[in-house]
Amino acid sequence: MTSNHLWFLIPEAILLVGVVFTAITGLVRSTSIRQSTPVIAAIFVVASGVASVFVFSPDHLDTTAFLMPALGRWVGVITAAVGLVLILNSIGRVDRRLEQAIAAGRLRFDPLRAGRGEYYAFMLLSLAGLMLVCTANDLIWLFLALELTSLPTYVLVAMSRTNRLAQEAAMKYFFLGAMSAAIFLYGFALLYAATGTIEFDRMRYELQSQAANGGLGALAIGGLLLSLFGIGYKLAAAPLHLYAADVYEGASAPVTAFLGFVPKAAGVLAIMVLLVATGLSELMSSLPYPILIMLWVVAVLTMTLGNIGALLQRSVKRMLAYSSIAHSGYLLIGIIAGPGLGYTAVLFYLLAYGVGNTAAFSVLSSLERRGEELTSLEDLAGLRQRHPLMASVLAISSGSLLGFPPLLGFWGKLLLFIAGIQTGHLVLVIIAAVNSAISGWYYLKLVAVPIMASPTARSESVERGPSNWPRFAGVIMVIACLVLPVFLGWLVAESRDSARTAQAVRADSAQAEADAVQPSDDSGLFTALPPLKTALQSPAKR
Amino acid sequence: MIWGWILLLLPIAGGLVVVGSSARAAKSIALLTTLATFGASIAAAIEFDVWGTGDFGLVSSIPWLPEVGINLSIGADSVAMMLVLLTTLLMPLAVLGSWTAVGERLKEYYGWLLLIESAMIGVFLARDLVFFYICFEFTLVPMYFLIAIYGGSGRARACVKFFLYTFTGSLIALVGFLFVAWSYAETTGSWSFQIATLCEYASESLTLREQVWVLTALVIGFAVKIPLFPVHTWLPLAHTEAPTAGSVILAGVLLKLGTYGIFRFVLPMTPEAVVEWAPVLGILAIIGILYAGLICWVQTDVKKLVAYSSVSHLGFCVLGLFALNPMGLQGAVLYMINHGLSTGALFFLVGMMYERYHTRDMNAIGGLAKRMPVWAFFMVFFVLASVGLPGLNGFVSEFLCLIGTFAAGDSGSYPGVMGPWFAAFAALGMVIAAMYLLIMVGKIVFGSLKEPATDDHHGLPADLSAREITVLVPLAVLCVLLGVQPWIAMDAMVGSVNETLAAYPEIVKDAMQQVADAGSSVLSGGVNP
Repeated sequence: MTSNHLWFLIPEAILLVGVVFTAITGLVRSTSIRQSTPVIAAIFVVASGVASVFVFSPDHLDTTAFLMPALGRWVGVITAAVGLVLILNSIGRVDRRLEQAIAAGRLRFDPLRAGRGEYYAFMLLSLAGLMLVCTANDLIWLFLALELTSLPTYVLVAMSRTNRLAQEAAMKYFFLGAMSAAIFLYGFALLYAATGTIEFDRMRYELQSQAANGGLGALAIGGLLLSLFGIGYKLAAAPLHLYAADVYEGASAPVTAFLGFVPKAAGVLAIMVLLVATGLSELMSSLPYPILIMLWVVAVLTMTLGNIGALLQRSVKRMLAYSSIAHSGYLLIGIIAGPGLGYTAVLFYLLAYGVGNTAAFSVLSSLERRGEELTSLEDLAGLRQRHPLMASVLAISSGSLLGFPPLLGFWGKLLLFIAGIQTGHLVLVIIAAVNSAISGWYYLKLVAVPIMASPTARSESVERGPSNWPRFAGVIMVIACLVLPVFLGWLVAESRDSARTAQAVRADSAQAEADAVQPSDDSGLFTALPPLKTALQSPAKR
Repeated sequence: MIWGWILLLLPIAGGLVVVGSSARAAKSIALLTTLATFGASIAAAIEFDVWGTGDFGLVSSIPWLPEVGINLSIGADSVAMMLVLLTTLLMPLAVLGSWTAVGERLKEYYGWLLLIESAMIGVFLARDLVFFYICFEFTLVPMYFLIAIYGGSGRARACVKFFLYTFTGSLIALVGFLFVAWSYAETTGSWSFQIATLCEYASESLTLREQVWVLTALVIGFAVKIPLFPVHTWLPLAHTEAPTAGSVILAGVLLKLGTYGIFRFVLPMTPEAVVEWAPVLGILAIIGILYAGLICWVQTDVKKLVAYSSVSHLGFCVLGLFALNPMGLQGAVLYMINHGLSTGALFFLVGMMYERYHTRDMNAIGGLAKRMPVWAFFMVFFVLASVGLPGLNGFVSEFLCLIGTFAAGDSGSYPGVMGPWFAAFAALGMVIAAMYLLIMVGKIVFGSLKEPATDDHHGLPADLSAREITVLVPLAVLCVLLGVQPWIAMDAMVGSVNETLAAYPEIVKDAMQQVADAGSSVLSGGVNP
């Protein structure tokens, strides 16, 4: 590690400082300071997001240190934005009974029983892990970053609710997570065995020379297969998706929202980094068949099982859990499509999915029935009459997740489809389109039940949750779904810039210098957009 | 130019004002907005200087996502312009028609109505594929809510079915579109979603096999919307449960999005595949005509009858489109407009009756001519227009569609792949239509008076009020006008029609020649040897 590398860790460092602060303020005897813990967490998250914009600004891009030099900016910003909403969703939920008892004078404050500090501290730790994935430049780093993302979430699940369901969920999540970590660690070990290095730069060189001399060895392929398979657990990709429904249902709504985004994003980014690292993704024609087939099958299974699973649910949280599995399947299309438009689409879709999914969970976080979370779809019946705002938030976020034009989710899906078709995976795109149609069935329930179903005694007793912050967060996210498409050109340009590999960045800067010397006479659209030109031409050269 | 954007944005702006205003003012603001939009469309039609030619007017473009060549680009040829006029004409009438029918959640209701107007205008004005798709899909949302909130007792099932059918169909169409766009990018090295560019590219560069796949994807998407047999089953439900204005918009404009899609995309994009598959699509259309007609015969629910008659009628329109000659195509485009006028009016009339008696059962009502003579006059008038009485609009378009189909044999300047047999079977549909519509009229308009027990007609006068007559008169006037002077519309659209058909005579001749060379019998049974 060089001092240069440290510069890029400033956003994570900010989060770690935040971890210390929140861990302390959560244990302070004074109620007002204790209650400011989420605010402190939010401030640090925002600060790290702002920092990542500056740290990864074009002036500082270092094509030698990282495989995808600009990735950190995009990921830092969406991590901060979504992370902020996830924190807002949790306000008023953590330690609620305890705080009520203290306020009523029934209990005295006891640091041993307070969980607030740890809760937000673990959230920030996990977010830091997500950001660290982007700056990984060797296998150990990647492994640690992934585990830093995951380990806090096991604890979050366990402490998010006091009932047995949460404990069961946490145990399942932890043991299966450990197993998947073992799988991809084993894959990493095989990769080391195949190349004799854990550093991505040298590994890439090694594998490319192997590929040039008669193809990749079985060790390398086996290692990659196991790694991708194991990381698939973070995405809840089939066949390691089975935990998702139980875990998501067991955890409280804010934590479920967290699980639906942070580990998933970390997993997708890790797969991206790993594929770029092994050099296989630069030219998709050279992606070995076993890996292509595995990704393909996993993508199809993931989206299909996710959607069909969601179709069968009566519980809103389980439904959203299965639907998030399906979204992992869509994301894999972009991964299969590879660098250029494929990764651009993945980054854009992460944003669209993050915004839509957290908005839907904001609704669940903002409502309760007799102090408990909403569980079944019937609880939402007639929501429109009693909580019109939340019903609209739910409707719009479902629309965005469904990919309904002109909402944000539509553009994410469109880019993924375009990327898939561009690289010749028409069948995959057709399967995804059919899956989107299936998902229409259950997302429509989230729109229809609040509007059309007549309220029952059960749903009559649904009332506002303890805090208004989740409502606020949901509204903000929904506004984002509606307004961000206006700035589509800018967003896609940003995500495209962030998805560039080191080579592409070098090519771009060389191009820029050449352009500065001699203005190009190419008057077309692409003079202003050299990276896309390369991205678009690579399949044509195939 | 500026008029296009005004047409597109005026209803949305009005919708926002409606939502922000009080419930009492909602109606009036909505009426004013729709009238203003109608005025704007008239102004646009006057400014529109390419009537009769195949060019596009009102052209304007704003870049949106330059990475993949997506622009907000609008413009209209004369066919699109006519459909815009139809839309903007029907909307104020729809607002007037729901004046008393809708009593709750007014702001939302009129907000959705105005939003759907913008979306429909957007579909017709779009010159960018993605923009078209967005508008095309977006029409679903307001309609979904109009049915879901203001619909009848079976609305839950109806609107879900409506949404899922059309959503699935258009997703499949989207994949077809993306395939064409990608193929274009692959060949030329840059992305474009300009409809004209892609149509030209696809018709020239795609292989027959690729064209067949694209055709299949697009036809699935548009057939659901039209609706073509066998994907028509959402329509009767949606129509029956929708509020009156919803049914009018659905029948008047939304169904035409499907036939417009075929006119705008399928015919120019995949000519060779169309020539190969036109007979199959023609047979589906004929099955639709006859099958839906027979269903109408046994209906007792008036609204359902009119809904099924739409399926039957749109079959003629599809037949005209795939006749692949100017006559058939002009007939089809004219049919889109005429069907919008006459069936829209029939839905208004059924709605007016329903508002008074709260039943649509033909066995419970009868002889209303004695109670509501004015209503009865209009009912008979529009039924005759719909049946195709010479002198009224329906006749001209139906006749043109049939003649076009008849002439679409293997000779003449515009050879086609259908022929007399297709026309003969379709004409049977006209007979059935006359039967079921006249039976309906016989039952509810004439005969002895039979009314459900209502004392006060739910607060409405026994016969039509001035407001309701105002709704119907413009439609009736246009029905007569287009019945006696159809050339006004036909001359205006001739350029666009020829533009769409430009490539066809050659392709059809080639296809016929190949078949003849192969020594097998001619493509379809209907062509004379």
